[in-house]
Amino acid sequence: MLDSTPAALHTGAMPLLQTVGLTKRYGTFLANEAIDIDIWPQQIHALLGENGAGKSTLVKIIYGLIQPSEGEMRWQGEKMVLSGPSEARSRGIGMVFQHFSLFDNLTVAENVALGLDGKESFKDMSARLEEVSRVYGLPLDPRREVWQLSVGERQRIEIVRALMQNPKFLILDEPTAVLTPQEADQLFTVLDRLKAEGRAILYISHKLEEVKRLCDTATILRGGKKISTCNPKAETAASLARMMVGGEIRQVKAAANRQTTVPRLVVNDLSLAPDDPHGVRLQHISFELKGGEILGIAGVAGNGQDELFAALSGERLAQDPGTIVIDGQAAGHLSITQRRKLGAAFVPEERLGHGTAPRMRLSENALLTGHAASGMVRRGFINTAATLKTVDRTTETFDVRKAKRDPEAASLSGGNLQKFIVGREILRNPAVLVVSQPTWGVDAGAAAVIRQALLDLAASGAAVLVTSQDLDELAEITDRIAVMFHGHLSEPMATSEASREKLGLLMGGSTLEQKEAAHAVGA
Amino acid sequence: MGLIEAIILAVLAASTPLLLAATGELVTERAGVLNLGVEGMMIVGAACGFGGAWLSGSIIVGALCGIVAGVLMSLIFALMTLGLAVNQVATGLALTILGIGLSGLIGSRFVGEKISLAPHLYVPGLTDIPLIGRILFGEDAFVYLSLALVIGVWFFLYKTRAGLILRAAGDNHASAHALGYPVLRIRMFAVMFGGACAGLAGAYLPLAYTPFFIPGMTAGRGWIALALVVFASWLPGRLVIGAYLFGAVTILQLHAQGWGVGVPSQLMSALPYLATVIVLVLISRARTGGSTAPAALGTVFVPDR
Repeated sequence: MLDSTPAALHTGAMPLLQTVGLTKRYGTFLANEAIDIDIWPQQIHALLGENGAGKSTLVKIIYGLIQPSEGEMRWQGEKMVLSGPSEARSRGIGMVFQHFSLFDNLTVAENVALGLDGKESFKDMSARLEEVSRVYGLPLDPRREVWQLSVGERQRIEIVRALMQNPKFLILDEPTAVLTPQEADQLFTVLDRLKAEGRAILYISHKLEEVKRLCDTATILRGGKKISTCNPKAETAASLARMMVGGEIRQVKAAANRQTTVPRLVVNDLSLAPDDPHGVRLQHISFELKGGEILGIAGVAGNGQDELFAALSGERLAQDPGTIVIDGQAAGHLSITQRRKLGAAFVPEERLGHGTAPRMRLSENALLTGHAASGMVRRGFINTAATLKTVDRTTETFDVRKAKRDPEAASLSGGNLQKFIVGREILRNPAVLVVSQPTWGVDAGAAAVIRQALLDLAASGAAVLVTSQDLDELAEITDRIAVMFHGHLSEPMATSEASREKLGLLMGGSTLEQKEAAHAVGA
Repeated sequence: MGLIEAIILAVLAASTPLLLAATGELVTERAGVLNLGVEGMMIVGAACGFGGAWLSGSIIVGALCGIVAGVLMSLIFALMTLGLAVNQVATGLALTILGIGLSGLIGSRFVGEKISLAPHLYVPGLTDIPLIGRILFGEDAFVYLSLALVIGVWFFLYKTRAGLILRAAGDNHASAHALGYPVLRIRMFAVMFGGACAGLAGAYLPLAYTPFFIPGMTAGRGWIALALVVFASWLPGRLVIGAYLFGAVTILQLHAQGWGVGVPSQLMSALPYLATVIVLVLISRARTGGSTAPAALGTVFVPDR
């Protein structure tokens, strides 16, 4: 049974966990520098910071995955040295990872068993799993293999697995990054309940509004140091962001008098079977995107966005040339290079390996997408000076920070590499830009630069298609939004009319499914 | 003894080293390590196994020598790929080349010597049953051991917590590490088990198949064992079927030549590999999702500290 009110949690007079001068050094680099945090029972404590601020390092230390270089942790007032995660778990520290620590080819029950200490039989464990998932309203089928499950279900496994240890202290690393707004709301209900049961929660998130709504305390890290511990409810999102970034974030501004012109990207009834068994079938996708316009595609990952990107970019060819029209030319049958020559540019979601070749220099990476239409190749020979010039121009225009003039792509930080990739495409003055997750895993400063660049590109008359899971981002830069669900694309709606609720429902497929049900009855 | 009975006995004998080596490799690969050095570990196992048996006069000592030799070879592999995070494919190939050379060195003084083969089981009454008696109750100990080993491996992988952890390490080493499992240690034991099985499989050849040692006597059986693991899609049950099938092909090829069937022997020798390719195609066509191979197979893991 899950003991929902552990007596020890009601002491309250003393923090459950204290870190005192916690420091983690990698060579000369300080990932964490003298961090003091007090975690109290019955509180949700937010941990805020940009990428690279040291949040992950800190929670890894608390979970026993890595050892601190200096400083100590105190658990209920006593010094604690963790030999590993299993000791952390046995003390009552649970963790839900951002990149799930699940095993795709094992069943839900097996995954949960691996997160426990194996003191009970598999059968007892399965029974308890069903009970915990019922009690907390987190439904799971223990016998299914993980690869069959949606992202939301996968997260449920992680949470149930953590809850089955009956933790006094639960760490959640960006739990809502991959959820629909409704799924996130369900999670908040569970978290409120856990808090009411007297447990402490450390909550890592980039979403400041969410933190303000949910958390009692917030600690802000920047560059490995603790900047402040405050009450997020007393702060504004802007003041929290200021503390995270250490300065003002540039406000993204759309040009006031943006004109939409002729249709530059038209998709007519595009259907495409998936090319791998896990893929999604694209079903009758149609939309029209005019010059000067930004269309956003929202949706939970894995609903066909990758497939749509592949079809638009020419990585996969459409059966009928007329299904994709770029600047008036049927392009469904054209290769990637031919589409680039028509003036299209593409920024895939994955930066390393798809957007760039990680071990190649930036100049070589510039050449890889620019060879078709930018004079970097002359009679089959590479014009090195031209490729370097492209790098320099991109660096200057988009403030790409790097150690030397022409480093390997993999050596750049995520945000800087993304600025380079987006910049590389924008500087080619494309007629159509298709960009997927433009600011995924990018810090706030770089994200603002990228969003502004997309707005400016649209203002110059290009058509921009943005796929993103970040609804705030779409609200900020798009003119219209459509939602992708199970390979269907909803009718685009004006961004001003797209409420979170409306989008959330579409992301969960509600209205679409109703439509389908009606259709089935009619047929 | 009828012809069919003789063929079945020969098939069982030819299949046993394949089954032993493949069982070890299956466990290794289930933990996420691709050790292409099976052939090398086998041939060193054959040389040491024969040497041990010849010097001591005991088949059991010989078998143990083969196992130890296989484990030592696999430890070289473990040191390189797990300790130093070297590419597994390159290391495995190097291990085979090393093994072939090393076995020649170790075995050179035994070439031309002879031992008596491992005795076959005899149960009065049972073994004398016509047709099935010798097949079921008249084998050498290795045949029974190999079957027991597969059943043991199946039980371990699917019915024990340790087996679950091993499969987890092969599916996603980052997750296994994040949950606090010692991925490298798990993989080292899996590699050692693979080495022990390959060493035993190699020792089987001079101890129970042909009563002498000649260099290169494994004759590609290690490679067939590797193909077999893929053929079995990493499932112990299918491994048994596959091993006997591949063994049968080897024996039939000999008989086919004897009967004057006009199929080139080279084509028959290639059959196990052809069959593996066909099975791979069938698997990938029939697959509805998930991956049949351990997802982390062949990838290097370096934990952060």
